Amino acid sequence: MIIDTVDQSKIEAGKEQPWAALGLKEDEYNSIKEILGRRPTSSELAMYSVMWSEHCSYKSSKIYLRQFGEKVTPEMKKRLLVGMGENAGVVDIGEGLAVTFKVESHNHPSYIEPFQGAATGVGGIVRDILTMGARPIAVMDQLRFGAPEHPDTARVVHGVVDGISFYGNCLGLPNIGGETVFDKVYQGNPLVNALSIGALKHGDLKLAKADKAGDLVILFGARTGADGIGGVSVLASETFDADGPSRRPAVQVGDPFAEKVLIECCLELFAAGCVSGIQDLGGAGISCATSELASNGGKGMKVQLKKVLLRDESLTPEEILMSESQERMMAIVPKRHLRAFKKIVDRHEVEYSVLGKVINKDRLLIYWGEQEIVNVPPRTVAHDGPVYERPVRKPKWQAPLNAASVQAQGLYRANDNTTDLAAQFVQIISSPNQADKSYITGQFDRYVGGNTALAYPDGAGMIRVSEETGLGVALSTDANGRYCQLDPYQGARLALAEAYRNVATSGAKPIAVTNCLNFGSPENSGVMWQFKQATTGLADGCLELGIPVTGGNVSFYNQTGDVAIFPTPVVGVLGVIDDVARRIPSGWQDEGNNIYLLGITKDELDGSVWSEVIHDHLGGRPPAVDLEFEKRLAELLHGASLQGLVASATDLSEAGLAQALTESVLRFNMGARVWISELCERDGIDKTSALFSESTGRILVSVGREDDVKFVGLCDARNIPVLRIGVTDNTGELEIQDLATWKLDELRTSWVATLPELFG
Amino acid sequence: MPKIIVQVMPKQDLLDPQGKAVARALERSGHKAISAVRIGKRIELHYATTPTDSQLQEARKIAESFLSNGVIEDVVEVSIEQD
Repeated sequence: MIIDTVDQSKIEAGKEQPWAALGLKEDEYNSIKEILGRRPTSSELAMYSVMWSEHCSYKSSKIYLRQFGEKVTPEMKKRLLVGMGENAGVVDIGEGLAVTFKVESHNHPSYIEPFQGAATGVGGIVRDILTMGARPIAVMDQLRFGAPEHPDTARVVHGVVDGISFYGNCLGLPNIGGETVFDKVYQGNPLVNALSIGALKHGDLKLAKADKAGDLVILFGARTGADGIGGVSVLASETFDADGPSRRPAVQVGDPFAEKVLIECCLELFAAGCVSGIQDLGGAGISCATSELASNGGKGMKVQLKKVLLRDESLTPEEILMSESQERMMAIVPKRHLRAFKKIVDRHEVEYSVLGKVINKDRLLIYWGEQEIVNVPPRTVAHDGPVYERPVRKPKWQAPLNAASVQAQGLYRANDNTTDLAAQFVQIISSPNQADKSYITGQFDRYVGGNTALAYPDGAGMIRVSEETGLGVALSTDANGRYCQLDPYQGARLALAEAYRNVATSGAKPIAVTNCLNFGSPENSGVMWQFKQATTGLADGCLELGIPVTGGNVSFYNQTGDVAIFPTPVVGVLGVIDDVARRIPSGWQDEGNNIYLLGITKDELDGSVWSEVIHDHLGGRPPAVDLEFEKRLAELLHGASLQGLVASATDLSEAGLAQALTESVLRFNMGARVWISELCERDGIDKTSALFSESTGRILVSVGREDDVKFVGLCDARNIPVLRIGVTDNTGELEIQDLATWKLDELRTSWVATLPELFG
Repeated sequence: MPKIIVQVMPKQDLLDPQGKAVARALERSGHKAISAVRIGKRIELHYATTPTDSQLQEARKIAESFLSNGVIEDVVEVSIEQD
C-alpha cells in the first residue's frame, strides 16, 4: 500500500488528483490548495470531498436556512436549550425535563437497498438523539412512494416498511406516527424521512465538542468496515439514471442489537460523567466526527488511524476516514476518567480504541503509523466549507399551472347527482393515500415501553415522558407535495399549519418545529426557487405562530433524470401536555354526542385529493392559511382539554370532511347522523366543497350533551365559528342526510381493503 | 431427485450481524481459534430430471436476479447435485 503523506504532497506537488470523481468542483479543489498552501494528500482530499458535499456542508441551502435563526423573537427562544446547528435541537418541557427531536432523510439509500436503507435511517437518527445526552423514546417516519400499481413500488414499500419495523422494533422504540403517501413523482426517488425523539434532564445535556487539550479521543461501538464508503457524498449528491438502480455501491448494513447495547452503554457513560464531548458517526464517518468535535471545541486533535479497530484489515487510510459503518460513536474522555470509561464499555462488551488526544493547536493531525497523512485546520473541513448563492428563477410552468384551477378547467361536480356524490365519497376514502394505513403501521411496534398515549390512527403521536406526573409530548409530521408544487411558499405554511393543528387537536400546546426539506437538484434554478420560497414560508409561518425551528435536514438531488420530485418540505411540530391522561382522543366512542365543525369551509378544491382521485388533475392555488386563526383554534382546544369538555377531536385536512367523518365513525365503530345543508348555506358552498374541500383551520369535535352549552360558549368567546352538523348514534351506520347512508361494515371494507390488496 | 444448489453469501466488505453474533457466542463458549463467522444461505432447486445446460444457465440468472440481493449479497456457487 502506497501512502500519500503530507511530506509527499510537497515533493510531488503537481500530482494529478481525482477531485472531480470525488464530486469536487475545480474552484473547490483550488480553495483546498489555498487553505493548505499545497496540494491535499489523498486522505485530506477524501475528507474535504465528503465534508464539502451537499449532504454534509449544506452549501446550497445555508443562506436560506439562516432565516430559521433570524426570524425569531426572544419569547420564542425561551424554551430553547439548544438551537440549530447541533446534532438535534433541545426544548425545555418543564419539571426540569427536556426533549430533543429531529427528522433526517435516507432517501437515496432506501431506493438502492430499501430494507437496509430505511433501517440505517432509523439507526442514524436515533444516534443523533443519543448524542445530545438523551434517551431515545420514540420514532416516527414520513414515507413517500411511487404509484401504488407500478411494479417497482411493492419492492420499495416492502423493503422500507420491513427495514423500519426491524430496526425500530429491535431497539424497543415505539413508532408513534408519520405519513405514507403514494405519487408517481416519487417512483424513482422515494422519500424515507425518519424522526426520533429523546428525553433528558436539563443537566444531562451533552454537546459534540472537544474543548480541553489532553482529553482522549476514543472510538467505540462497532468495528469499521467498508460499508457505504463515500456513500454520503456519492449517493446523496448525484442523481439516479432514469433506467433504475444500475449503480450498486456498497450500502450500509445495520445491526439494531449492537445499537441497543450502544445506547445503554452511552447513557451509563453519561451518568457516570466520563465523557466531556460525544459525536455519533453517520455520514462521512471519522472525517466528520474528528473535524466537527475539534472545530466545535475550538481545539485541534492528533489521531493515530492505525488504532481504528477494523473488520476488514485491507482498508486504506482514505477508506477508513470515509467509512460509514453503523453503530459507532466517538467520545472525548478526560484522562482521569479512562478507567471508569473502560469499566463501563467492557461491561457492555463494547469494543473501544483510544485514537489520540485533543491538542492546543488549530490543527487536525492524522497519522498512519509514523506517517503524517492529514494536517489541516479542523474548521475548514467541518464548518467553513463553500457557500453558494445558486441562481433562482421561478419556473416557466408555474403560471400556467396556477391558472389551471378546478374552476377554470370546469371539472365536473356531482352536487345534484347524489348517487355520483356518494360514489365519489367512497372512491376518495378508499384511494391509496386516504385508505386505512394499518397494513403498514401494524408492522411497527406502537406501544412498546408502555408510554404511548396516542399513535396511528390518531393525527398526532403522544408519548409520556414523566411516569410520575404524566408530563408528555405530542408530535405530528406533515407535508403535502401537491400543494408545494402549486405554491412552495404557501405549501410549507400549509404543512406547518397542519402539523400544528394536529398537535393542538391532541390537547397539547405546540412549542417547537423541526423539518426535513426534500427537493430536486439545487443546480436547477427552478428547484432553488422552490427551496427559497418554501424555507421563507416556513420561517415566516413559525414567526407568526411564535414557535422556533430547532433543527432539521436538507435532502437535495431527489429526482430521476431531469425530473424533480414535488418539493416536499416535511414539517414536524412538537407539543407539550401537562398530563397525557388529559389528551383528546380521535374517533367517536359515545352515543348521543353532538358533532361540531369548527372553522369555515371555503370552495378550496385546487390541489385536493378530490381533484387528484376524481379528475387526475393538479392545478390552481392551494388552500389559504390563516395562522393567527390556527393559533386561536389551538388555544380553544387546549382550554377545552383542560376543562375536559371535548370527547374527541379530528383535524380536517386531506379529503376534508369526508375523511374526518370516515375515520371518526370507523375508529370505534360508532355511527352518526350528519347534515351538511346548513353548512352549505352558512358558508355559501356546494356539497362537493362541503365534503371534499381542504380549507384549513377546521376541526371536527364531538361533545357530550352535558358540556354542550359550555363548549359553544367557549367557541363564541374566542370568536371561533362553530356549527353543529350531526350527532353520534349506535346504529352501525353513517348517514349523511340527503346524500347517502352507509353501513359501517361496508365503509370499513372499502377503507381497509385497499393497501392489503395492493401489497398484501 | 436432481437439484441445482445455489449458494449466496453476504458481500465480503459488508457487516454480517448474524455472523458476528455467532462468532461472539463461539468465542464465549471457548472456541478461541475461530476468528470470524459469516453466514450465507443455501438454496435447493429441485428438478424431475437432471438439469440441462440451459437450465443451469437459467438457474444462474434466477440466482443473480431473484434469489439474491445484488446490493448486499454475492452468489458464490450455482451447481448441479445428484443424489
